[in-house]
Amino acid sequence: MSTCSVSKGCFVFKPSPKKRRVSQKTANYFGERKNGSDDAELRFATCQSLWNQIKSETEQIQEDLNKQLLDNLVSFLRQSHSEFRERTAEWNCRMKTREIPTAALILGVNVTDHDLTFRSLSEVLQNNITPYIALLEAKDCPGIKNLMQKLMGQLMNCYVDVDSLEDEDYVQVSQSRIRCSMTSLINWYESVTKKKDSETPSKKQTTSSRHLQSPPVVVIFKDMESFTTKVLQDFVVISSQHIRELPLVLIFGIATSPMIIHSLLPHSVSSLLCIELFQSLSCKEHLSTIIDKLLLTTQLPFKLGEKVLQVLINIFLYHDFSVQNFIKGFQLCVVEHFYSQPLSVLCCQLADAKKRVNSLSHDQCENIRRLPSFRRYVERQVSEKQITLLTEDNFLKETVQKLLEDLHVYHENYVSVLRCLHVFTSSLPKYPLGKQIRELHCACLENRVWETEEYESSLQLARMLNKSDLVTMLQQCVEIFVSSSGKEFDKTVEKLKEFLTQFQTLEAEAFQEHDVSVSSQKELQKKTDLYHLQKTLLELKESRRSKKLTKFEMLRFEVVDYIDSLVRKYLVPADHKTLHEIVYFNTASVLREHLNAAPRIALHTALNNPYCYLKNQALKSDGGNISNKAPDICIAYKLHLECGRLINLVDWLEAFSTVVVSAERPNADVPSSDQVDDIIHARFIRAVSELELLGFIKPSKQKTDHVARLTWGGC
Amino acid sequence: MKMPNLEHPAYPAATLLHLESLVPCRESQVSMLLSIFGERQQFSFPSIFIYGHTSSGKTYVMQTLLNTLKLPHVFVNCVEYFTSRLLLEEILIQLQSCCSEAEQTSHVPCDSFNDFVRLFKQAVGSQELQDQTLYIVLDRAEQLREMEANILPAFLRLQELTDRNVTVVLLSEIVWELFRPNTGCFEPFTLYFPDYSIGHLQKILSQSHPPEYSADFYAAYINILLGVFYMVCRDLKELQHLAVLNFSKYCEPVVNGEANERDTRKLWKNIEPHLKKAMQTVYLREISSSQWERLQRDDGEPGQLKGLSAHTHVELPYYSKFLLIAAYLASYNPVRTDKRFFLKHHGKIRKTNFMKKHEKTSNHLLGPKPFPLDRLLAILYSIVDNRVAPTANIFSQITSLVTLQLLSVVGHNDQLDGPRYKCTVSLDFIRAIARYEHGSASVKTERAQTANEYR
Repeated sequence: MSTCSVSKGCFVFKPSPKKRRVSQKTANYFGERKNGSDDAELRFATCQSLWNQIKSETEQIQEDLNKQLLDNLVSFLRQSHSEFRERTAEWNCRMKTREIPTAALILGVNVTDHDLTFRSLSEVLQNNITPYIALLEAKDCPGIKNLMQKLMGQLMNCYVDVDSLEDEDYVQVSQSRIRCSMTSLINWYESVTKKKDSETPSKKQTTSSRHLQSPPVVVIFKDMESFTTKVLQDFVVISSQHIRELPLVLIFGIATSPMIIHSLLPHSVSSLLCIELFQSLSCKEHLSTIIDKLLLTTQLPFKLGEKVLQVLINIFLYHDFSVQNFIKGFQLCVVEHFYSQPLSVLCCQLADAKKRVNSLSHDQCENIRRLPSFRRYVERQVSEKQITLLTEDNFLKETVQKLLEDLHVYHENYVSVLRCLHVFTSSLPKYPLGKQIRELHCACLENRVWETEEYESSLQLARMLNKSDLVTMLQQCVEIFVSSSGKEFDKTVEKLKEFLTQFQTLEAEAFQEHDVSVSSQKELQKKTDLYHLQKTLLELKESRRSKKLTKFEMLRFEVVDYIDSLVRKYLVPADHKTLHEIVYFNTASVLREHLNAAPRIALHTALNNPYCYLKNQALKSDGGNISNKAPDICIAYKLHLECGRLINLVDWLEAFSTVVVSAERPNADVPSSDQVDDIIHARFIRAVSELELLGFIKPSKQKTDHVARLTWGGC
Repeated sequence: MKMPNLEHPAYPAATLLHLESLVPCRESQVSMLLSIFGERQQFSFPSIFIYGHTSSGKTYVMQTLLNTLKLPHVFVNCVEYFTSRLLLEEILIQLQSCCSEAEQTSHVPCDSFNDFVRLFKQAVGSQELQDQTLYIVLDRAEQLREMEANILPAFLRLQELTDRNVTVVLLSEIVWELFRPNTGCFEPFTLYFPDYSIGHLQKILSQSHPPEYSADFYAAYINILLGVFYMVCRDLKELQHLAVLNFSKYCEPVVNGEANERDTRKLWKNIEPHLKKAMQTVYLREISSSQWERLQRDDGEPGQLKGLSAHTHVELPYYSKFLLIAAYLASYNPVRTDKRFFLKHHGKIRKTNFMKKHEKTSNHLLGPKPFPLDRLLAILYSIVDNRVAPTANIFSQITSLVTLQLLSVVGHNDQLDGPRYKCTVSLDFIRAIARYEHGSASVKTERAQTANEYR
């Protein structure tokens, strides 16, 4: 059994029930919260369809990005054995050692993403090169024996898949009886390829068009780093002895750097390989593409709030580099949003949303009225309108339709202007607003970007751009606006084009200006009189100080101001928009709780403040004092926090019994019983051993009757 | 007709002459073997142990000898048949097929050496082999030591155990002393194959010249090749491979008509720098031989193609970088210095007594030392500027680094409390990582590292 967990530990595997009606069940969960009155089923359906759309989109993106890599690999595999097939008779082919063709595939440290890459790789290979593919993982192959077993199992099974279960009797050789050695593998390969030749001609054509005459056997080592040296060495040595009979190709999946090959294999073994390097796309670029195609479009009605996006990006950059985890986080956002927000039923394409508004129930209308952004909107209206909005559902629905449309238009405009602003900021020195568009996006979502210092400094820098840069940027902006779906940009495009023509005319004028300045210089040279000279120099100096800006500078200012005005108009943060709660998911705390688990902190909270999890009113404490109604382990934990590195068990027991006794007999006279009650003693021992199990203390040999604390830091 | 160096009454002179031409520079060993083997029907020494360095012709000589003289034999590679069961079954299968080609009996399971002896007797008894010595050659015999303890001694005494005319030949790269089990065993006859000298290599390599060119021309080429490569590589197979790879470049001036076959100096000038480049790239498997051939064909510079070791940079997530740096510091700095490097108010430490004598030698020469998890985390919290929450993600990154072999776990794998680690990356690697994180890497890291370097 396998898990996708990276850590060691015990995992529970539940037997998978034959057929679970997942969809129905989950749909019920959606309704659970509020008696099913909030269109739970519709919300669930919307959520499902949205997620399916996202999923297919991301898969498509991944496929496109991997295309180059896969194409290279396919052509490598095509060539790998062809040389020997064609010219075995030639001298240099006869004399050369036959090396095993090997592709070193560098995939980056985001191991969780590799599975998808390998899956698409084996799919492509199966379609183009060979049906004989074996995927090996280090944890299945602790020894060469296990490796051979796994390899043969996979190869001989794959035969069944390809031949569409036609001749099962041949393949049904029970695997335990097959001798797992290279010879039986070779025999199998010979029989399989021979069989193909003797097949009916029509069938032969179809297979040979896809596969080569004698298709290579591809063995993929998914995680090269984790294989032991001995297993790899033995496998390479064995297969190199049979390379003439069995056209083997190895693919090493490498997460770190190709140097690992040399550190795992000695020269005598690596000299048996013919290694070529293939590099996959960096995961950062992959993420940028995903964000670009998924978040910065108007295709998806669902949006991420600033804090949520920040959490997802931080997990990616700080912890795992895994695009799959990012997408999973995104999925969690989608589910959480549709689950927790009853109005998310309107989070769909604009046309659908308008229809759904009409059929909203009264409760849902009340939900809308309760939205903070909507309340702000109402307060801005005149008083009669306020009343109708709050009392008449139909009028409310009309307004909501209009507002939704506004929101949609806002998104369309937002994306284009954001890209346009990114064109400017991404070429400034030191990138005050960030190099990537995602940073700019976060900054714009957070608050009014034009009020930030970074924006101010980037405008300053933009005012110093040279002409050629400025012109190319303007051209890029024009392209963005022309291709955008927003309808308001006709004027903007015109304006930008006007700027461009102005720059061109400037160029022509520049020549004339140059002439003028030259003539004034000449005039200066004519003055030979000292007094006059001084006077003109003074005049020149004066004019320079209050120098009027050149035309170019004026124009540059105008351009920057215009961009600024666009930003102020269109890049308003989303939470200033009415009804933004419907499409934006903004509860970052939920996400953080789920994705960035902090076991130590959770444990501490549970023991320190049991009310947090038990929700028992009696436990509600108001500060640092130890509640005596808490579970024993909590009392023991709190007491141990007050101790140093070594804890005296007798003192601890005494303190424990004091706390517990004061709970049971608040007014009884404590000093009477010098001996601790047996039951309390037992409870204490249990609490201490539970703490030991949790790893807070351990027995110590330094002092008798003491235990050592394993954590540091007090209350 | 030339008199053969090898003489043996049992075999015709022509066969021996042919055999001699096939095993150049190994005549003395072959004649020694022949005299041990004796005539076909004579019992020979029960077990022979042949050892010698890599590619000193052990396997090749044995194979050619047995094949040319048509002696009944079984040839098994012990690496390939990695368990005793596989090995014994393979011997039986080969025995069946070598004696009677006709019938392929279904394979018989053979679980122990006892079974093997029984089945072996049956197999030999049914064939017409009784009057001939059967040879069982076990290549890469060092693997036998890793199988059950009885396998090696039993093979050495196979003749006695089966009471049949059989000789076991063990081929290995290591000396017999490393095989001898401490319970004692039958001592085999040992035979050493010495390394080929440069003259031998020249002779053997020149033998297989391409048909289009004369033997002298090829011999001159081999001479140049050995001049470059003999210092680093004496492996015959590898040299052969390199010779073939680069021969087309050597012929280039001749093909283009710029020089004739006798123009040795010109040819040398053409090929020498090329071979030196090959030594740095192809020989080290930095680039593959097919890539090298492609380069030769297109006349490109090998500089365009980056070798494997050019791709050393590994992109890591932010905290993984710091974890790795912290691990490196923990591995190479003594524990006592932690307080000084990573605490703000560490107080004065007297310079004179600070370093103990044995610590003055560079820690890099001593290699990484293991450290507990707590120390790693303490250093991590100290070198990262902002607060690090001890989330599950941080801990899982440590495990990820272990699977990527950048860290390694010391001690047993399933010791869950207080695991200890070692940092396995080099200083250069850490430097490269630290450089990328320079903006945020605190001065502390730098200081601790430099202190480390100049010690």
